[in-house]
Amino acid sequence: MITSAIIPRPLARLPWRLIFLVTGIATFGLIVLYSAAGGAPRPWALKQGIIFFGFLSVAIVMSWVKESTIKALTFPIYAATLIMLIGVEVLGFVSKGAQRWLDIGPIRLQPSEFMKPAIVLTLARFYELVPAAEIRTWRAIWPAMTLLGVPALLILVQPDLGTCIMVVLCGVTVMFLAGLPWWLFVGPVAAVAVAAPIAYGMLHGYQRKRIDVFLDPESDPLGAGYHIAQSKIAIGSGGIWGKGFLQGSQSHLQYLPEGHTDFVFATMAEEWGLVGGVLLICAFAAVIRWGMRVSQNARTRFAQLAAAGLSATIFFYVSINLMMVMGLAPVVGVPLPLVSFGGSAVMTVMLCLGLLMALERQQRTVSRLI
Amino acid sequence: MKHMRITTAHQSITFSRRMMVLGGAQAAVGGLLIGRMGWLAVAQNEKYQLLSESNRVQLIPVPPRRGWIIDRHGKPIAINRSSFRVDIIPQQLEKDRDVVSGLARLLALNEDDVERIRRELAESRGFQPVSVADNVSYDKYAAVTVRLPDLPGVQATRGFSRYYPDGPAVAHLLGYVGTANAKEYEAENKNPLLIIPGFKIGKQGLEKMLEPYLRGTPGGQRVEVTARGKLIKELDPKPDRSGQTVQLTIDQGLQQYAARRMGDQSGALVAMDVTTGDMLAFVSMPAFDPNSFSEGIGRTEWKALSANDHIPLLNKVAQGLYPSGSTIKPAMALAFLKQGVDPKRRVLCNGGYQIGNRYFRCDAVHGSMDMRSAVERSCNTYFWATGLITDPEQTTEMVNMLGYGQEFDLPLPTQRYGTMPSPKWLEKKYHRKWQGYDSANTSIGQGYVLINPMQLAVMPARLAAGQLLQPRLLMAGERKPAPGLDVDPAHLAFVRDAMSAVVNERGTAVGSKLPLDGVLMAGKTGTAQVFRLGERGHQSTWALRDHALFIAFAPADKPRYAIGCIIEHGGFGASTAAPVVRDSMTYLFDQKKAFEALEPLEKQWGGTLAERNARELESFKAASKAGSA
Repeated sequence: MITSAIIPRPLARLPWRLIFLVTGIATFGLIVLYSAAGGAPRPWALKQGIIFFGFLSVAIVMSWVKESTIKALTFPIYAATLIMLIGVEVLGFVSKGAQRWLDIGPIRLQPSEFMKPAIVLTLARFYELVPAAEIRTWRAIWPAMTLLGVPALLILVQPDLGTCIMVVLCGVTVMFLAGLPWWLFVGPVAAVAVAAPIAYGMLHGYQRKRIDVFLDPESDPLGAGYHIAQSKIAIGSGGIWGKGFLQGSQSHLQYLPEGHTDFVFATMAEEWGLVGGVLLICAFAAVIRWGMRVSQNARTRFAQLAAAGLSATIFFYVSINLMMVMGLAPVVGVPLPLVSFGGSAVMTVMLCLGLLMALERQQRTVSRLI
Repeated sequence: MKHMRITTAHQSITFSRRMMVLGGAQAAVGGLLIGRMGWLAVAQNEKYQLLSESNRVQLIPVPPRRGWIIDRHGKPIAINRSSFRVDIIPQQLEKDRDVVSGLARLLALNEDDVERIRRELAESRGFQPVSVADNVSYDKYAAVTVRLPDLPGVQATRGFSRYYPDGPAVAHLLGYVGTANAKEYEAENKNPLLIIPGFKIGKQGLEKMLEPYLRGTPGGQRVEVTARGKLIKELDPKPDRSGQTVQLTIDQGLQQYAARRMGDQSGALVAMDVTTGDMLAFVSMPAFDPNSFSEGIGRTEWKALSANDHIPLLNKVAQGLYPSGSTIKPAMALAFLKQGVDPKRRVLCNGGYQIGNRYFRCDAVHGSMDMRSAVERSCNTYFWATGLITDPEQTTEMVNMLGYGQEFDLPLPTQRYGTMPSPKWLEKKYHRKWQGYDSANTSIGQGYVLINPMQLAVMPARLAAGQLLQPRLLMAGERKPAPGLDVDPAHLAFVRDAMSAVVNERGTAVGSKLPLDGVLMAGKTGTAQVFRLGERGHQSTWALRDHALFIAFAPADKPRYAIGCIIEHGGFGASTAAPVVRDSMTYLFDQKKAFEALEPLEKQWGGTLAERNARELESFKAASKAGSA
């Protein structure tokens, strides 16, 4: 927070540390995109810059929204998103093809993106409503599982494994923090370990292949393992200090596929090395830590759970992407927020941050009153 | 759980505890990520840097120029001629623009070619060029060059192609070069050099055997390319090194002369330097034109060559096997002398000889024969009779030592060395005892005796030198002095004298005296039966006629050169093989006289070898055009 006589009060009261952090990450991302395009602002860096600052403004505006308003809107937003998800499914059925978005005039809406913050808010609101005494009863579990399970299934059949995993993880995090019994979380992990081979048999061909290749990337270095293999080459060849700005051969010679979207971290690591990577990871860690602090300082149960869930959303984005890029997780198509080219991830993260900023503002204002 | 009431306070404690768990898990994941990145970027940095470099830099090999092959005097017998070629770089092709049909019009390509080019373009990847046409004429090359701006992706270049100035005369000696096939490509571990359009490797003969020396080391243009094969920039090139020049012991002049002298006959001639063992000529005729083979031979030409009953595709020198006929007799005589047969011992030839229940017929009634006259007049009866009173095992050993049935250490892809039968060999191979008639057959070079034309030259060379000469084809390499033959010098002198009598006294080859003053040739004729024993003389069917053979060395008193020659189905050795040897030998002493002898013959045959070869090529081309039309 900056306190100065010159700066107007509303401006000074913005969480500047977070805004600097986020802008820093995004600017670094723009530099990487500039390099990925062979040293040109087009086609990615310029567009991404506009998208970022657009959504940053949206997030800052959102910070003035009251907690009560958020609460009031939670269920309607959840319902609307769910209807859109069903709409996408119907549309996909009609056009006989996989479809993940709705074309509304000039905007292309991907409802599954909205579902990430929406599920967090909905579950936070739900557990706020559940009396403390009933938290360990069946009544606290099944509605949450339904609220989470239905959209997760709808997203899974799109098919969009990456987003589905994200939504489930975000929801489960809120449920975990709400205080549901431990066995509920340990049990399924054990069950998954048992059921994984069975589920594997039910996956789509391309999804199954991705898992095969993840387990043994060298088995198919020119085919499905190509992404991971080339990404590891890019990160590994960068070394500690990197090859230098605009010097990344893997990305510039197009050996690294998706070097501006899902694998943008590899593009970055090749040119900026371990130093750039650690810096970026630390910056994300600071953002997530800021969000977790908001949760810890929250006065209401809704704010606590929502803030933690929204931070977890950002955490899952970053960690799944990085694990995927470094060959620790299968390629599931999760972008690196604020860095990868593309609007939807920026939008989701900025919605999360906007909500977090709103909750944080409430804390400051409300806490002083009490 | 049911027994415990959970209050808001409890809930708050639970939340804080679980927040710590969550925060810890997040920190752990963060640590894992940084650790993983450190592992990739620091611990395995070297490995990934190598992989990244091998991604980035590609080598476009620049084929080296093939080494020359020169003769003993330095005259080139296989060289490189500059040639023009047109290729397409698939990467640089523009979409929706059909350059192939344009090229087909400019270069007058036929439908087969166009189809091949389209197929190869469809299968091609990256910057590996697709060959459109080889050995394009300068006019067509120029026509393409002018239109290059309108033909994106087309590349017209000057390269080199193999050229053999002597054409068919050196075909079987040198072999030819050609584009590597899939098997050769696999055998060299997919050496990228082999698939460069226009790059040829040795396919036959010395071109194949000397490949490691002739090929050279490819250079390369190091380039930075994208994953899709698009060229970004050129890095410093790696220079290529031309193949080595290889010098042969062959005398180009003699090689060509002998090939021309053979005319249309089917046969082989090998000449050797008696002092060193150097092979001066290695001729197998008729032969294909290695120039057209190296360019890729047409189907019509191939058909005509393989259908020819003179088998121009067979290297008769290295792979042709023939009965030695009477050319074995000097060696037999030497073997008899060594076993103590008195050269004055006389055998009466009244036109044949009875062995067991079979009567062997001699060529004539020679009367009373001693060893010298038996060699001179080629009397079979004498050798049958004497063969029966000597030890066949020892006799064979001597003949074999002189070269018949021996394999030589020469850079030939295949060498068939025939058979020199002995009792031990017969027992092993056919499980039967040696009989009198085996001795009889062997002593006149029939029966199981099979020799190749190289042995026909080695035999007189060893007799003339009195040394165990080893034939050589390459000038390089150390020359070991040949060990002497394990025979009495007086016996050798006796045999040489008898061979001289064959040509210069009353022998079978008196018609083939050298037309030179003071240089006498010594030799021995041979006539190998092809059809049936006992039916000598004229046969109207060419393929049933006897093979004519002749071995010789000259000068008779101080031997310098040795020649062996076989003319397939040439009839009597004296009538066809001996004159060829005589003229070839003359060439070595007096080239003018040799060409004087050749001229009228070539007029009779309808032109020189080169002229007849050119005419033949024209007829092939016409036939192929007629075939495709």
